[in-house]
Amino acid sequence: MAKELWKGNEAFAEAAIRAGLQAYFGYPITPQTEALEYMSARMPELGRVFLQAESELGAINMVYGAAATGVRTMTSTSSPGTSLMMEGLSYIAATELPMVLVDVVRGGPGLGTISPSQGDYNQMVHGGGHGDYYPIVMAPAGVQETVDMVYGMFDIAEKYRSIGVVMLDGSIGQMIEPAEMPPMLEVRKDIPEWAVRGGAGKDKRILTSINLDPAEMEKMNLRLLKRWKEVEKNEVRFAEYYMDDAKIAIIGNGTAGRIALSAVRTARAAGIPVGLLRPISLRPFPVQAVQEVAAQLDNILVVEMNAGMMLEDILKIVQGKTSVEFYGRIGGVMPYPEEILAEIQRIAANPAPIKGHPRDLWMERIEPVINQ
Amino acid sequence: MQNETLIAGFGGQGVLFTGKIMAHAAMAENLQVTWFPSYGPEMRGGTANCTVVISDEEIGSPQVRQPHAVIAMNLPSLDKYENQVAPGGYLVINTSMVNRKAKRSDIHVLEVPGTELAEELGDKRLANSILLGALLAEAKFLKVGSVEKALEESLHGNKKTMVEINKKAMQKGADYIKGK
Repeated sequence: MAKELWKGNEAFAEAAIRAGLQAYFGYPITPQTEALEYMSARMPELGRVFLQAESELGAINMVYGAAATGVRTMTSTSSPGTSLMMEGLSYIAATELPMVLVDVVRGGPGLGTISPSQGDYNQMVHGGGHGDYYPIVMAPAGVQETVDMVYGMFDIAEKYRSIGVVMLDGSIGQMIEPAEMPPMLEVRKDIPEWAVRGGAGKDKRILTSINLDPAEMEKMNLRLLKRWKEVEKNEVRFAEYYMDDAKIAIIGNGTAGRIALSAVRTARAAGIPVGLLRPISLRPFPVQAVQEVAAQLDNILVVEMNAGMMLEDILKIVQGKTSVEFYGRIGGVMPYPEEILAEIQRIAANPAPIKGHPRDLWMERIEPVINQ
Repeated sequence: MQNETLIAGFGGQGVLFTGKIMAHAAMAENLQVTWFPSYGPEMRGGTANCTVVISDEEIGSPQVRQPHAVIAMNLPSLDKYENQVAPGGYLVINTSMVNRKAKRSDIHVLEVPGTELAEELGDKRLANSILLGALLAEAKFLKVGSVEKALEESLHGNKKTMVEINKKAMQKGADYIKGK
């Protein structure tokens, strides 16, 4: 396939279809709606299931039902819709069913704004719904990466009987880039041995999220945890740019990461030895990569489109071994490369370890900018 | 080498379409490209803009504070974006829709009566292509042939009849600027 121009939202919809998606359930919400629109045309055309539910609650529970029958299924939404899906996600996790969720993140809290944000980091990366489980969470930085990630996420979700989340900043859903679509896979014909499909005379199978016996529930939780350990071993992903001789590392994911790349290039051209570590899997997090940066480099600057959610994870990994600073824009505002460049220049001019929490120091710097 | 163009105007002036044509042309030249729209509440005010970044290496930010070129299709766009053009960059003004001169003297100002020239071709909706033709005639960061190919590949079905007239509009914009 040659490269074509794709809008992020339509691109991930087509990628899911090519991965053999059999049933899509969703509810419109900006900045994700183009995906649902695209599905509404393409899925029926291919004789597959498209259903616009009455709400996100309906959509996620339809996904739950479809997943229980062993078909490839997904939904997509944006932040407030994701919040509504949390109960369903927890039930799906407890029932050990594979599914894919694309969350096209917008600024919050509340109904908030429809502008791009990374404010769903904590909600997705630190758990999803109630109970002890983790969804697998990945954050692409461009349209091609989104295509490849959604295409591959079904296999990953099925391998671990887990929820695979692609967390897409609203900016990536809305932007157009050249992308090459992967080949169209045939819809899967085999049915997983755990699926419930009905049929008299067959052995009884039960898929449920309830188990009132705490001893049994404890065993189930342990099973989820052991499976999660496998995810941590196999599914860590990140990208590095100009890190070989770097003294300062920027760590940023998704859109924040790629904006930082522009700043890193400009700083490099001015002779500042700065590099970029872009986490792609957010859960499991690239812990070892961050540990190596912390052991070798003088300064880390975490850049996010939230008030420092990934920052907390990085502080925990770094454990004071190097100086960590933070820069973020919040509520649906995207930073410009110049803002990150100014931070790099400031750190390069004064690389001494900071005193205080990086968020507090950032708040002092950002408040005048926000009130401008 | 990186080049950024911000195109802004009223909804219906073909702002997003012109950006897509540029993106298509850049892809045809094997360059990296991003097309980034304003979306949502900004658009409900009646104005639309998009930023097209073209580069020979992986593109970082799809949004730029100081674009290399701005195409201002109307007065609100000129007022909003004139100051943002990078020094030495290009500001293309649709003078048909604007009642003032540019204030900057450190940039190339291309004044083109896009809507009037488009009406000479029989369709005022061609102003976007006239302004793009003028910009590329001066700034030359995309080949005219690639843009023509992009038009051919983007306008199909019942829009196919618009290919030739858009090519003519681009040529008219280029001729106007060269003849000045």
